[in-house]
Amino acid sequence: MSETVVFPQNRTCPYHPPTAYEPLRAGRPLSRVSLFDGRSVWIVTGHAEARALLADGRLSADRQNAAFPAPTPRFAGLRDRRTALIGVDDPEHNVQRRMLIPSFTLKRTAALRPRIQETVDRLIDAMVARGPRAELVGAFALPVPSMVICDVLGVPYEDHEFFEEQSRRLLRGPEMADVEDARTRINAYLAELIERKRSEPGEGLLDELVGRHLLAGETDTGELVSLAALLLIAGHETTANMISLGTYTLLRHPEQLAELRQDPSLLPAAVEELMRFLSIADGMLRVATEDIEVGGVTVRADDGVVFSTSVINRDEAVFERPDVLDWHRPARHHLGFGFGVHQCLGQNLARAEMEIALGTLFARLPGLRLAAEPDRIPFKPGDTIQGMVELPVAW
Amino acid sequence: MSGGAPRERRTGDGTGVVVAVDRGVCIGAGQCALTAPEVFTQDDDGFGQVLPGREDGRGSALLREAVRACPVSAISLGPGG
Repeated sequence: MSETVVFPQNRTCPYHPPTAYEPLRAGRPLSRVSLFDGRSVWIVTGHAEARALLADGRLSADRQNAAFPAPTPRFAGLRDRRTALIGVDDPEHNVQRRMLIPSFTLKRTAALRPRIQETVDRLIDAMVARGPRAELVGAFALPVPSMVICDVLGVPYEDHEFFEEQSRRLLRGPEMADVEDARTRINAYLAELIERKRSEPGEGLLDELVGRHLLAGETDTGELVSLAALLLIAGHETTANMISLGTYTLLRHPEQLAELRQDPSLLPAAVEELMRFLSIADGMLRVATEDIEVGGVTVRADDGVVFSTSVINRDEAVFERPDVLDWHRPARHHLGFGFGVHQCLGQNLARAEMEIALGTLFARLPGLRLAAEPDRIPFKPGDTIQGMVELPVAW
Repeated sequence: MSGGAPRERRTGDGTGVVVAVDRGVCIGAGQCALTAPEVFTQDDDGFGQVLPGREDGRGSALLREAVRACPVSAISLGPGG
């Protein structure tokens, strides 16, 4: 390779991998890239190698490890803050995950579908009442997961407005001071809510955690606050971005969209293919704790490892014609939700939200179209979760 | 609980395989039940479980897909008989 690619790069088209990653796609399953601070790390682009490595206990997710790679200055600045679940290794990770999995089973997710449908219907009603134009990120894509996560956690209805407002500030800033202030308020609110739930149990994930684990002395309020805050953040922007970018992508693929509208039974397959095709969490990070032989190279202890999901999910060895959006392919083994012990905890909830949000949106608004030049609609920079910044639509 | 959780294992019907989920390894992603719901379910704790009477995989075309979909390789296909 003549020149080292710097990671991450901005996408050129919001639903395709950055063109700057082309040399990596053509190359070996693992290559070297540089980070903003000049550090050289491994980037994994082969599907088989990514599966093997993400399931390998010799790769650590512990962000407090001094050798953990930082993709942005912001990430580097947050390094000393401990991140529950996604930022810790087993056995600590396993204990936290096992507290949460009963709340995210297929059965529990299926039971949430009517509530998700109500939320989606209400938001579309409001859009229609104000129509025939809307900015879809603010009017729909963000509120859907925001309301759903309130329901899941068991945030009382009267607190939804406060909670959603602080979540918006936490996720969208605009200044770091806003983000920090929102984080402080949310954590204080969650701690108070957990205290309240000790004596007044309700229905929700926090109530279950209090009932099963806090009162039994297996955890403390601090750990529950950090888990709840993580679920809020992890379940929020990711799903919102899938809804906004998924809508944009479908509107840019009118033939496929027409087929989906004709036959809504294709929705689950369409959501799975969109997860593969869009790969919004493009750049999972790990650090090696031992030497690992993989894909013809040796990853050394303390080497940083980056997984480019967008390139991995377009590996021709696994997905035929990978650059084509086609839900008739088996897209099942995409790594859009990750792999290994850290595979997305809320993936089945996310699938339900995407199916209901996209399915209902296109069914209720048959004339839905982009209300701006497609190439001028702003999308997120490469160092964040990929998605639309704004999405002006009309119907 | 100390040490690894006991392995769920049941006897097959002699058609070739015995499907088992290792609860000590399972992380409750639900991929098995999502991929091959005719063989797998999730128990109330979120762990993957072989449906009673389906330990032989019932000739499910999606059984091997479910094994491949498990992010932590918690599913084993042991020899039956």
